[in-house]
Amino acid sequence: MADLPRTGTPAPAAPGRLRKAWDSDIVWSFRHAPVAVVSLVVVTLMVLAAVFAPLIAPYDPFDPGTLNLMNGFTPPMEPNAFTGDTFWLGTDDQGRDVFSTILFGLRISLFVGFMAVALAMVLGITLGLLAGYLGGWVDTIIMRVADVQLTFPAILVAMLIFGVAKGITPPELRNEVAIWVLILAIGLSDWVQFARVVRGATLVEKSRDYVAAARLIGRGSGAIMLRHILPNVLSPVLVIATISLALAIIAEATLSFLGIGAPPTQPSLGTLIRIGQGFLFSGEWWILLFPAATLLALALAVNLLGDWLRDALNPRLR
Amino acid sequence: MLAYILRRIFQSAIVLLVVGLVAFSLFRFVGDPIDNMLGQERTQADVERLRETLGLNEPFVVQYAKFLGQAVQGNFGMSYRQGRPVAEILMERAPATLELAAVSGVLALSFGIGLGVFTAIRRDGFAANAIMTLSLIGVSLPTFLIGILLIYLFSVELGWLPSFGRGEVVDLGGWTTGFLTPSGLQALILPSITLGLYQMTLIMRLVRSEMLEVLRTDYIRFARARGLRDRAVHFRHALKNTMVPVITVTGLQLGSIIAFAIITETVFQWPGVGLLFINAIQFVDIPVMAAYLMLISVMFVGINLIVDLLYVMVDPRLRGDSARGH
Amino acid sequence: MAPVLSLRNLTVEIPTRHGVLRPVDSVSYDIVAGEILGVVGESGAGKSMAGNAVIGLLNRPARITGGEVWLNGARIDNLPPEGLRKLRGKRIGMVFQDPLTSLNPLLTVGDQIAETILEHLPVSRAEARERAIAALEEVGIPAARDRVDSYPHAFSGGMRQRVVIALALCAEPDLVIADEPTTALDVSVQAQIIVLLKRLCRERGTAVMLVTHDMGVIAEAADRVAVMYAGRLAEIGPVADVIQHPRHPYTAGLMGSTPGASQGQARLTQIPGAMPRLDAMPPGCAFHPRCPRRGPGCDIDPPPVRAPDARAACHYPLTVAEDVTA
Repeated sequence: MADLPRTGTPAPAAPGRLRKAWDSDIVWSFRHAPVAVVSLVVVTLMVLAAVFAPLIAPYDPFDPGTLNLMNGFTPPMEPNAFTGDTFWLGTDDQGRDVFSTILFGLRISLFVGFMAVALAMVLGITLGLLAGYLGGWVDTIIMRVADVQLTFPAILVAMLIFGVAKGITPPELRNEVAIWVLILAIGLSDWVQFARVVRGATLVEKSRDYVAAARLIGRGSGAIMLRHILPNVLSPVLVIATISLALAIIAEATLSFLGIGAPPTQPSLGTLIRIGQGFLFSGEWWILLFPAATLLALALAVNLLGDWLRDALNPRLR
Repeated sequence: MLAYILRRIFQSAIVLLVVGLVAFSLFRFVGDPIDNMLGQERTQADVERLRETLGLNEPFVVQYAKFLGQAVQGNFGMSYRQGRPVAEILMERAPATLELAAVSGVLALSFGIGLGVFTAIRRDGFAANAIMTLSLIGVSLPTFLIGILLIYLFSVELGWLPSFGRGEVVDLGGWTTGFLTPSGLQALILPSITLGLYQMTLIMRLVRSEMLEVLRTDYIRFARARGLRDRAVHFRHALKNTMVPVITVTGLQLGSIIAFAIITETVFQWPGVGLLFINAIQFVDIPVMAAYLMLISVMFVGINLIVDLLYVMVDPRLRGDSARGH
Repeated sequence: MAPVLSLRNLTVEIPTRHGVLRPVDSVSYDIVAGEILGVVGESGAGKSMAGNAVIGLLNRPARITGGEVWLNGARIDNLPPEGLRKLRGKRIGMVFQDPLTSLNPLLTVGDQIAETILEHLPVSRAEARERAIAALEEVGIPAARDRVDSYPHAFSGGMRQRVVIALALCAEPDLVIADEPTTALDVSVQAQIIVLLKRLCRERGTAVMLVTHDMGVIAEAADRVAVMYAGRLAEIGPVADVIQHPRHPYTAGLMGSTPGASQGQARLTQIPGAMPRLDAMPPGCAFHPRCPRRGPGCDIDPPPVRAPDARAACHYPLTVAEDVTA
């Protein structure tokens, strides 16, 4: 299935469907948006690099056994003065290969980003469904909380949640749970958008005849509704999720940069930039530049993809 | 009209009460205050006595009410880390943040609206498209990276502007200002650009899309059909209508400038309340966190109220002051 | 008498991904001073598009690709944008369909009229305001002096359409293009607006292009009528003749399907099928697939737009003997 023959007559059924998918509106507009294609390639490559980081990375930056302090501050593509080792993107103060730390940092950043968006999505869809379906005081409470939360910027909410979580975890566990706290903080700060869209769709669906019919014959309408609502909100949720992913990645980097995110033992791209900033004035630019460029490329690619998705799925919203 | 404003004030009060509850819960449940104040060598009697003096044995609601009463009077307790009253520390730090936020807000608003209008009326022009592309990079650039980039360019490479601190400040009866000295003004440049750029990008994109929406309306077509000049159509007719929705979002954006100041202040070691808050999170200094939260929510709520009033001023349909016929 | 407006083979095209569409195809007609020409047809027949082409307000990518537009003996379709702008409002007034959306909600009606007067006539601000009040009085707004400073939302739909008419006429234009001026109004108000428009234009000798899909409005107000079908002119002639003795089969069908237009008929008939889409125009006469009278050649040659001595663009027009109400 994966390797269809390029020449000759392909098998009848599957290629027909592929052909159809290839010609569908969304794919057509994708093929004619070079920016979207490049962005998707960049994101895909980065995800693959992050997933296979342990296999790709030339060094394990967190194995003290392989570190040589003599290799510290080696500029990119130049052999080290003492050991003669060469590193693509140079090394940091402790002799860690910058390229390898970026791969592992990307891994943390993407993991936190995807998990946080997944959390926000599940939470938002659930609360949105509940609010729309049950109505009444459940709806009032959920949407009021959403309103209050929207009054404050997401990053501030995330900081606060992070601070609280830090306060209630015992100090010896803080480094271990830091990543999960980060996911929780960013995820909880970003569910409102999802909830609003799903709630709106639920309200529309609730007023439809088949729901009333299901009620009349004594059936629960919830399960049927769910089957009708989810397909309806699929495209807006996808758009919000993509844009949220970019925001989550930036939020994670920001928190880690501020020193209240990923711990030094599990550095994300933001942590690496925090470390690199220390060498800005002393001339070791590569320790800062490469993680920063990676973060920018990732955030930009995801944003461009989200922008294109929004235009493609809903031409009325620009 | 009056009912509308009263309702908004009522809603604001609820938001503040909820935030107060969160802040109080921080105090009460996160990081036991007894632990924080008594240290390791303590007797059960000490603990009991302190519980009594702090009022921790009273019912939850009473404690909450007392907390609010204290907060209204500006008493947020002592900083665990600095051992000084939180209110005093905040007062000392507030001018730095407010001055930074004000300059950034003005930058973001003026350039955001200007560029938004420009890119909307020249929507197919080369410059407008270039600006739109750049703006997407602006949205993707985290604030701290913008700051680092500016420091690298203007402090490290060119050596033109300071990379940290407020420079020389003048004390005007408890309010320290950087506006009155050359070094204070210089020190403001990079942080305020850093802080304003992201908001500017957002405002610009919003103004552009709202303006494009307005330019499609019938009354704009009618204004053109009456032979009005482009300038009158764009600025007298379109911009004013664009402002109605823009004001709401922009108000929220300006509020978030104060929150985003946390990041900028960290990058530039700017001695404001944001930097204070970050340090408080790092050291779990709960009273400072709670006080900052309360302070910032008062500001947000205040800004939201002002936005509502502006809204009413711009849109006559909400004002209801014209003679209503038929 | 020399015509005020003269269209000569006007053609408008829209390039699209699927080829070039032609919403207006070689349309020619004249309107003389004081005359009301009704332009009638189904939606999408190109009647509004022709009006927009005359005042140079086609939405891109639509543009005039052929033919000429003459206003009072001067060609205007090739004027630069600034030249066209000066004509709009001054020499050609426009009335849009929906009075609820035609007026800027954030400016008073007086301001909107005064700005139009100031743009086109050499008068002072105070004089413009007086003229605005006079214009409101003329269109029958009661207590115009008190209401000149009201915002549009304070007027009912019918009153707003009167304001729109005041706006269209305030600079004393030679031609008014009224695009479905009554469609969005209550039935009870429609007649008042038509009577008002007719009276004002008769008094001033203004030529009117009255675009509508409502044969009742045409019968009420127009002197002559032009029937459009799929971007082409099907038939043109004096109102009474066209209604009672249609020559084009499409016009005949249209009369048969209009309540009240043909009293002699017991029941309404309908034309089978629908008007072709612009991207799927049949060869030859655009009406032939639906035409009960089609004969050899109809699917090959488009009929000449106006054969000598005939009002209808048809190879096999109805004859006197076949008149519906003989």
